[in-house]
Amino acid sequence: MSTGVEETPDVEREAELEELLGDRVLARETHLNAPGVVVNPGDVQDVLFTLRDEAGYDHCSCVTAQQYEDRYETIYHLKKFADPTDEVSVVVPTPLDAPVSQSAEPVYRTADWHEREAYDLVGIQYDDHPDLRRILLPETWQGHPLSGDYDQDKPQVVTLSEHANPLLPDHRDSEGDTMFLNVGPHHPATHGVLHVKTVLDGETVVDAEPDIGYLHRCEEQMCQQGTYRHQIMPYPDRWDYVSSGLLNEWAYARAIEDLADVEVPEYAQVIRTMGAELCRIASHMLALGTFALDVYGEFTATFMYTFRDREIIQDILEDLTGQRMMFNYFRVGGVAWDLPEPREEFFAQTRDFLDELPAKVDEYNDLITTNEIFQLRCVDTGVLEPDVAKQYGCTGPVARGSGVDYDLRRDDPYGYYPELEWDVVTEGGCDNYSRVLVRMQEVEESAKIVEQCLDILESWPEDERDIQANVPRTLKPDADTEVYRAVEAAKGELGIYMRSDGTDKPARFKIRSPCFSNLQALGEMTEGEYIPDLVASLGSLDIVLGEVDR
Amino acid sequence: MSNDDPRQSIEGSTAPSTATQDARMGAGVDDRFNSKLREAFGASPFILTKFDEFMNWVRGNSMFMLQFGIACCSIEMIHTYAIKHDIDRYGAGVPRASPRQADVMIVPGTIVSKFGPRMKRVYDQMPEPKFVVGMGSCTISGGPFQEGYNVVKGAEEIIPVDIHVPGCPPRPEALIYGVLKLQERIQNGESSPVVVKPYELERFGDLERDELVQKLADEIDEDDLVMRYNWADSP
Repeated sequence: MSTGVEETPDVEREAELEELLGDRVLARETHLNAPGVVVNPGDVQDVLFTLRDEAGYDHCSCVTAQQYEDRYETIYHLKKFADPTDEVSVVVPTPLDAPVSQSAEPVYRTADWHEREAYDLVGIQYDDHPDLRRILLPETWQGHPLSGDYDQDKPQVVTLSEHANPLLPDHRDSEGDTMFLNVGPHHPATHGVLHVKTVLDGETVVDAEPDIGYLHRCEEQMCQQGTYRHQIMPYPDRWDYVSSGLLNEWAYARAIEDLADVEVPEYAQVIRTMGAELCRIASHMLALGTFALDVYGEFTATFMYTFRDREIIQDILEDLTGQRMMFNYFRVGGVAWDLPEPREEFFAQTRDFLDELPAKVDEYNDLITTNEIFQLRCVDTGVLEPDVAKQYGCTGPVARGSGVDYDLRRDDPYGYYPELEWDVVTEGGCDNYSRVLVRMQEVEESAKIVEQCLDILESWPEDERDIQANVPRTLKPDADTEVYRAVEAAKGELGIYMRSDGTDKPARFKIRSPCFSNLQALGEMTEGEYIPDLVASLGSLDIVLGEVDR
Repeated sequence: MSNDDPRQSIEGSTAPSTATQDARMGAGVDDRFNSKLREAFGASPFILTKFDEFMNWVRGNSMFMLQFGIACCSIEMIHTYAIKHDIDRYGAGVPRASPRQADVMIVPGTIVSKFGPRMKRVYDQMPEPKFVVGMGSCTISGGPFQEGYNVVKGAEEIIPVDIHVPGCPPRPEALIYGVLKLQERIQNGESSPVVVKPYELERFGDLERDELVQKLADEIDEDDLVMRYNWADSP
């Protein structure tokens, strides 16, 4: 957990950066996870091109925007897909009266949405940005809610005009033969409240543009109002809410433990690892069931089977944490309590589930993946090439389905993962089918991890079961410490950026959600394909709107 | 005399009906038809009731839910529909994708400013009589997100809600209980009064011309439908 080990490479890396960027670096900063370079707002593209092409930082993981008392700041968190521990933060300060900086969109395609979000919530403007509009809030919103002088009590007016009937003559393109079609925000296949503006030529998708923000619940603001120690932890459960709560809680736990320098007892790490992987199984089961529902309207067999299995996992997790979905089980420095008593019963119940799992996975394979109709719908549809996936910052099963071998559990180890035997699953098909296969196999890998954790927990000496480190009641990390830490959540890289200002609440809390980046690639995946494949692609991306919109 | 006795033994039979009945059921009554209902009605094919009571009974027992997922609660709602909890046991398990075919709307999650007008529109599209179950704390008050700049403080700000199911999220059992309570109310012919003045969809031209409206006048057409959120007055 501690950063002490990495200090030597850090020095080398800083020297390399110095050489590469030269006098374009105005100043240096040190973030807990990476060296930071401060650059001029006009040099952004130049610096990022250099870093991407010459130093190999090909993954723009997150873009954080924030307002200080005397300036605005944009931070580009860069990583390498080959080695995510090799990070660098590019910090771009802009003055309060003219917060304009160069857009990173030409370098990293994914910066498009991230910068739109920064503009929407904080109010920084980006030159050369292809389409700088609000993304999460309605177009008619006044003010930028995460900027300093925002008054939350002011009235707002929101229109319904986007929902005009698309078949009316004025919505038809006068030049071509295309038709405009709204999918959502209330639509059975959008997995919540997503709105996809599609332009069709016959049955072919010419343009698909996701319109998000229908579930923007101000998660970042909520976390900025909460104290580190207890008040933030309940919120991560509600980002990716399909039972992957523990995975999300881990993202916050990992970030705060680095920020406040807390060492987590090994025993707690094993429990965390086990709980997180159970969550991953539950989450992938939901993805599988709803995907079958989307692709061939299978409400009876596959859907019900996956929910049968989810119920079992939720029972196990309820025994462990006390809640079916919103666990609030992790604590800073450990977990809330030990395994439920009697422990034997808990072990037996969990083992029963794991024993039955292989037969169930076979059943799913019989029902879904070897099904000819299913294959016709999924093979070679929704193709996402690896290069495109990297450009869009796709992670998780979406990237691994495109052959990008990137899994933070292995590449940026945390928890108890390095001690366990398991494999990272990748498939090279790049299509909807590959993504389903990846999830199916990850379920098996997760089961392996849970199994090993159970063995370890069973044989753990009774008097060494430390579930929490000794953490002060109030956490006040040093002022101006910044950290960006990510974990491998069910959907991909879930990162948290936090900046402390010396109080017991974070000054800036930024969530890097995997679904947000993954969804951005939807247009690229579906253009030129049939409209039913749009639904299939959306299903195989497995987005959760709570996490997309936050 | 038991009510299970066949009709002819009560009234005295005539040959043709006996013959028909024998031909249909063989000798005596088929005891597969015995039930509480039969006990109550006897063999008489007549039920006397008021038509509106009958309609309420029918409505309560055959509810078509709107397939409507918003946030976390929708996952528990899916669990309520799915195996194990199976709300179809209570005649309420077939979600309809179109609001025009639905008569109960479960609001499963946080409503934010951008979604408010859309939810109102979906609600307006449902045919009368329609009922709303608010699922989870967010639909009561905004729940854990109440302080958010973008969060509507409860579904009742926008549409009338008949039943509130508290929880974050409520367990499937709680949702089933809420739906059963709704059925009970429908069967008794009760409906909820609107307790909070809802936000309405209004023509932009009809809004009072204050500072905000003046500022937006260039962007929004007079005839566009808008919803105006007065955050400061929220309960």
